Amino acid sequence: MIKYKFQLGSLFIALMLLTSCGNNNGQKGSSGALNSSAAEKVYVAPGEQDEFYAFMSGGYSGNLTVYGLPSGRMFKEIPVFSQFPTSGYGYSEETKPMLQTSHGFVPWDDSHHPDISQTNGELDGRWIFINGNNTPRIARISLTTFETEEIIEVPNSAGNHSSSFVTENTEYVVAGTRFSVPIPQRDMPINEYKGNFKGSLSFISVDPEHGHMDIKFQIIMPGFNYDLSHPGRGKSHGWFFFTTYNTEEASTLQEVNASQNDKDFIAAINWKKIEAYVNNGGGTKMPANYAHNVYDEGTHTATTTMKKEVLTVNPLDVPGAVYFLPTPKSPHGCDVDPSGQYIIGNGKLSADLTVHSFDRMIEAIEGKKFDGEAYGIPILKFEDVLAGTVKSGGLGPLHTEFDGKGNAYTTFFISSEVVKWKLGTWEVIDRKPTYYSVGHLMIPGGNSAKPFGKYVVALNKITKDRYLPTGPEMEHSAQIYDISGEKMELLYDFPTHGEPHYAAGCPASLLAPKSKKLYRLDENKHPYAVTSPDQAKVVRNGKEVHVYMSTIRSHFTPDNIEGVKVGDKVYFHITNQEQDFDVPHGFAMIGQNTSELLIMPGQTKTSVWEPKQVGVWPFYCTDFCSALHQEMQGYVRVSPANSDLELSWSLGGD
Amino acid sequence: MTRIIKLTFLLLLGILVSCGGKEEKKKGEIQIGKNSKVETKNETPASKRITLDNKGVGKIKSLTLDATIDNAMVERGAALFKTNCAACHKIDKRFIGPNPTGILKRRSPEWIMNMILDPKLMTEEDQCAKDLLIEFNGAAMANQNMTEAQARDILEYFRTLK
Repeated sequence: MIKYKFQLGSLFIALMLLTSCGNNNGQKGSSGALNSSAAEKVYVAPGEQDEFYAFMSGGYSGNLTVYGLPSGRMFKEIPVFSQFPTSGYGYSEETKPMLQTSHGFVPWDDSHHPDISQTNGELDGRWIFINGNNTPRIARISLTTFETEEIIEVPNSAGNHSSSFVTENTEYVVAGTRFSVPIPQRDMPINEYKGNFKGSLSFISVDPEHGHMDIKFQIIMPGFNYDLSHPGRGKSHGWFFFTTYNTEEASTLQEVNASQNDKDFIAAINWKKIEAYVNNGGGTKMPANYAHNVYDEGTHTATTTMKKEVLTVNPLDVPGAVYFLPTPKSPHGCDVDPSGQYIIGNGKLSADLTVHSFDRMIEAIEGKKFDGEAYGIPILKFEDVLAGTVKSGGLGPLHTEFDGKGNAYTTFFISSEVVKWKLGTWEVIDRKPTYYSVGHLMIPGGNSAKPFGKYVVALNKITKDRYLPTGPEMEHSAQIYDISGEKMELLYDFPTHGEPHYAAGCPASLLAPKSKKLYRLDENKHPYAVTSPDQAKVVRNGKEVHVYMSTIRSHFTPDNIEGVKVGDKVYFHITNQEQDFDVPHGFAMIGQNTSELLIMPGQTKTSVWEPKQVGVWPFYCTDFCSALHQEMQGYVRVSPANSDLELSWSLGGD
Repeated sequence: MTRIIKLTFLLLLGILVSCGGKEEKKKGEIQIGKNSKVETKNETPASKRITLDNKGVGKIKSLTLDATIDNAMVERGAALFKTNCAACHKIDKRFIGPNPTGILKRRSPEWIMNMILDPKLMTEEDQCAKDLLIEFNGAAMANQNMTEAQARDILEYFRTLK
């Protein structure tokens, strides 16, 4: 009773405190997330839906997460480069080929920069691309099924970082190397890097109908580090811009040795010129070995093709195709404004932003105003291409996005802030702190010809005290700001999964209406599909046993299997016969050395089990599918290897 | 206090065990609730009831069947039934769900169509569908996203199951 009184008392005090805080806020007309209007702006009432999709790279999770804005609610994690036991991606027989590379099966990667496909420079919502940084790969994800459909490995690349950005009509998805390496790879001393290592920039064509990717050509550039890139658009369509660092070509202690030059370069690539050159038979075919993995929605199955050749281009063979724009202080972000006029290079060791002018660059090229060359590639004069400098007073500028209303927003990593500035006048309009150490930022469509400038999301690298502590490791924090007014307003903090580097966003109306609800059974072309339960069967082929199994609420057909023996390799091919939205079934077998499966309506997936012990072993549905979900189970009888028990199977005694 | 609870628990457990033991000795398997005479109102089970006047709940309000059976529809309906329904409905016996043989002697064409097209709404709002759900162990019928034309083909197929 005494305790009870005490609790009531403290509750009362807490309430008083809260109320008084609220009043203070009201009086001050306070700013920030304590403002009740900020809460209203991110509040999406139960049953209502968000205005934007946000796709955040997972960084070291290797995947891509889907969020809603402005609520910051996470909807899905799309497995891309990493095995994902939740759905069986990378574990099921159908999806294992997705993670094949020239290095064998690589079950993980470091995913960085998602980019949504474009038509005429505007987001078209067909696909989203993302790069695997570590074992260089580019993935294409369908924005109808929200599943990874294709992964292509990039040869001659290492640290696939200045990727995966699309050209104005998704003619190409572009992948540039961070590390320069010997091309082709060979055994040589590391300290002979300078002049011998090369950097490759890959232009991967995208089939306009199916999205299928193919490396059209690789430009073999000097041995710098190619950090980030973005396409030209509008007037600069046909060009691609890459920031570089380590023009010193150091192979050790880059922290110091790659920071010696006062200026590095932005490489401006006229890809239309190179495309014409290779279309006329230009370029050199070089032996290579890289995986091309394609998932077929009809067969629900991926296949790997090893490709043995890549077309390389020496930039010196295509005069007028490549130029270097001097840019101060190891530029990181490379961003192009919606009009295509301005190319922004953020010198990460600088306080200022450098803005180059596309028009001035063309003038300088036409006037042949060069300031020397690097490995035969002309260097333009800094002063001749400069449009302006943004003197912000912040430290460590990284990335810039645009609101489509003439403003740009740049993140500052060291000083933890987002700075809003005006294109053309270069004046700083507003600055707001981030919590803490912001990397990329994202405005839906913010690096396209048509941004949707309502919100900006800051993707922070350090979380510290923003959430309840969860031990030494915490999810990264993101902050959403309202940018509809003159000043930015911090609305909300939310945690993000993995380590989001970049993100891409688009209006919900672009994707929600076409989001697939189920796979049609009559379109299922899987060779082991069971499209009606009377096709369910178990077939032995030597030591391989194939179980053709169907599921519907709430049973497996068959659910009793006998005649399996120790040493067999049992393939469970499971077809979900449901044809209703959001009724997946799961499948898990005791002692399996792989993950469960989660099978969508109309889909077929396969899981392998190699029984090692005699006995009667259960399997069950892992997805709470119905009121009788706990009844959704079955048994496999495993007999000794020398048993002559014939295979048999049944459901309900039939 | 806790001691009393523990004692009661043990006592209850004892009762349970002794009951189970008795059953096992007698029948060789556990049978729960089959001995105690539950007072049923001797109602006909839903699957046996004739409810031809009931059109069910849903978008099919009235449907007149031709005197002759359309064989092309039957063929399509049989194929659809095999793929979408046969996992739970068998035409020679009661299975997860009822046997559709002779269903047109028990249910109206509208009721059948509504049940195929929106089983969730039916089991919420139609008494017969509700009772069927209970009779069939709570195994809710799956919505297989049939179009009206597809459901009509299945119905035509059902007309041949006498």
